[in-house]
Amino acid sequence: MASIFQAVGAARALSSSNSFDSKKFYLTSRESVSERKGSIFVVRSDGRMNSGRVDKLVTNAVATKADSAAASTASKPGHELLLFEALREGLEEEMDRDPRVCVMGEDVGHYGGSYKVTKGLAPKYGDLRVLDTPIAENSFTGMAIGAAMTGLRPIVEGMNMGFLLLAFNQISNNCGMLHYTSGGQFTIPVVIRGPGGVGRQLGAEHSQRLESYFQSIPGIQMVACSTPYNAKGLMKAAIRSENPVILFEHVLLYNLKERIPDEEYICNLEEAEMVRPGEHITILTYSRMRYHVMQAAKTLVNKGYDPEVIDIRSLKPFDLHTIGNSVKKTHRVLIVEECMRTGGIGASLTAAISENFHDYLDAPIVCLSSQDVPTPYAGTLEEFTIVQPAQIVTAVEQLCQQ
Amino acid sequence: MASSFSAAKITQPLPLNTTTTRSPDNPLFSSFKCSPPASSFLGSTHKLRIQRPTSAWSQTRSGTVVAVSDVVKEKKLKSNAPTANLLIGANAQLITKEEGLEVYEDMILGRAFEDMCAQMYYRGKMFGFVHLYNGQEAVSSGFIKLLKKEDSVVSTYRDHVHALSKGVPARAVMSELFGKATGCCRGQGGSMHMFSKEHNVLGGFAFIGEGIPVATGAAFTSKYKREVLKEGDCDHVTLAFFGDGTCNNGQFFECLNMAALWKLPIVFVVENNLWAIGMSHLRATSDPQIWKKGPAFGMPGVHVDGMDVLKVREVAKEAIGRARRGEGPTLVECETYRFRGHSLADPDELRDPAEKARYATRDPITSLKKYMIDSKLASEAELKAIEKKIDEVVEEAVEFADESPAPSRSQLLENVFADPKGFGIGPDGRYRCEDPKFTEGTAHV
Repeated sequence: MASIFQAVGAARALSSSNSFDSKKFYLTSRESVSERKGSIFVVRSDGRMNSGRVDKLVTNAVATKADSAAASTASKPGHELLLFEALREGLEEEMDRDPRVCVMGEDVGHYGGSYKVTKGLAPKYGDLRVLDTPIAENSFTGMAIGAAMTGLRPIVEGMNMGFLLLAFNQISNNCGMLHYTSGGQFTIPVVIRGPGGVGRQLGAEHSQRLESYFQSIPGIQMVACSTPYNAKGLMKAAIRSENPVILFEHVLLYNLKERIPDEEYICNLEEAEMVRPGEHITILTYSRMRYHVMQAAKTLVNKGYDPEVIDIRSLKPFDLHTIGNSVKKTHRVLIVEECMRTGGIGASLTAAISENFHDYLDAPIVCLSSQDVPTPYAGTLEEFTIVQPAQIVTAVEQLCQQ
Repeated sequence: MASSFSAAKITQPLPLNTTTTRSPDNPLFSSFKCSPPASSFLGSTHKLRIQRPTSAWSQTRSGTVVAVSDVVKEKKLKSNAPTANLLIGANAQLITKEEGLEVYEDMILGRAFEDMCAQMYYRGKMFGFVHLYNGQEAVSSGFIKLLKKEDSVVSTYRDHVHALSKGVPARAVMSELFGKATGCCRGQGGSMHMFSKEHNVLGGFAFIGEGIPVATGAAFTSKYKREVLKEGDCDHVTLAFFGDGTCNNGQFFECLNMAALWKLPIVFVVENNLWAIGMSHLRATSDPQIWKKGPAFGMPGVHVDGMDVLKVREVAKEAIGRARRGEGPTLVECETYRFRGHSLADPDELRDPAEKARYATRDPITSLKKYMIDSKLASEAELKAIEKKIDEVVEEAVEFADESPAPSRSQLLENVFADPKGFGIGPDGRYRCEDPKFTEGTAHV
């Protein structure tokens, strides 16, 4: 399967203030989206750029203003980097800004992180601040929680999100609950992050999606990043947040390249991201499935559909404002996720939308999730367990016919 | 059963690079005074050694460092009286009068408070699972009275007395048990979750073993503050209290490893009362001598008679001192006993009445009282005055708790998130926490 690297043009920086004035915040974010000057360059694995067939193919699956024209990337402001570098940049900026920020995890120090997110940080900040832990997830997550209670701001890296199942005791009982059971006396500003999701034939245990397991834990927030821009922004916001935040990254997205602003910015933890405004149908997605959706969107646009694509980003809590506005406009909802069918994020989202926006729906909500199957090793089988663009196209066509 | 713990030697791991001689004035932990590492290497500096196979039970290690309890056992054998398990006479002034009275008062407070809890529970003032500490007061008072306010204590569900010893007012603890808004956790924690930021009580945990990593984290913060944040005088120590059942739990071993590896300023205090609800320690543990597990991870393991507050205090002084000096963690196993059942719901039918009677004669409070009077540190009248004072404190605590209001609905959603924006954005575009019903506790979140 060809890897798709998408260089999405930089969005105008969102306001970096964490102001509590949410209305003002909304206007800002909406304006910035519509002013986004972006163009997609699809680089195929054979190195050719797919910009030849301009007549038939809409080059801008991300809706832009008419005057966008193919601005050359060289003259754009900002700098280009890969997603894991964006995460590292965000992390490093926060570590520079606040000496209480520290990292704990397996192989984060001398090894530089299994996915190179912490590369170079240990020589810069020392072994105590970028701590190589023994393989004891439950205990070092608990250690991070104890450190957070006593004044530090640790970031726990799970080498693979699935390993954090071993830390479930600490995440559920302590991370989520201690602020409440202590009557508000202790805050737990930890960030728990790591790569999850289905990779390339990694086998069942390394291909887990833990969003569904953690979502019921009261007292935590969950966010999922999908682009270098929001990866850096969410990382910084999560570190600055006083709440415990779980940041879900995806194994296959670490090498995405994008141009991001030079200026400092953070992304709001509770907001969703409008990827492509449209009129016919709302497609809600997050993490890697965003790219499958965008790929399907290109096909759909050719067929005459106008999908609105929203990357929900905040898995807990849901941004019901952005989602609701979209539902009120299009009246049709398709959820595309990589989570398991049973009890996944899509299931919760379906319930939340039904509960809040039932009257605005013209058709039942359709949720495309991964099969309730332990991810098989064989590539052909693995492909069948997750949602593919063709299925998304079919689902949209069916929904729009109703 | 008590005699199986009388072999109280500290075993050391195979010798480290440093060579030290055992000095008579510092008998307990001298061999663990390693010189500070020259580099800032964070990790173990032990060399790998090929061990010749030895028989499992033979003591090939040169563990001849002796614990206080050994000295006392010799004396006990000589004197042979049931309560003569204290150093009596001019041999050593183990405690001054002020210290003695402070410790006595603390133990009396613990005992009186717990007895009152039982009463209140059966009168329907508190509910749920309540685990009482009767009989184990020597451990709490022996250790915690040596701490500073900035030091941290982490406990289990049997945490009332740890909180009291650390300085949390009795009325705050009693209110919490009654579930009132004036409780130390606003009524949201309950018996098993005593927290106090002011007094650095980091909980109160319902699952066993859960608090040990938290304690390790607090110790990590202390080291971090000293070495990264350059607060050079930060020598805060953390004490982690837990029971014999916990010593078979993974979190215990994982944290022993990490604490020893990074030389964290923590003391692991095992309150071995021989019973985990109805599971005897001997039926659950392959090697019941818990103190031996310390050296396996590179820290001293000490066994002490947990019914004798003076002995506990001696060991505690050394262990806490070690941690404060940056020499790393210690594992202290206190042999103790709970006079009541596991909790107020436990019928306590499994334990042998003869065992209970045996330990009842070693009641730490009567032992200390006898010691104080026999060594002329205090008079009967002074001690009685303390008991009366504590009775009043506990009565007042109950009154305060009775009169306090129950938490109102407005409290329901307040402390779920430190930053209530975590409840997210509602359909109307406003944050849920901005909804006026949020402060009433009725907002839809």
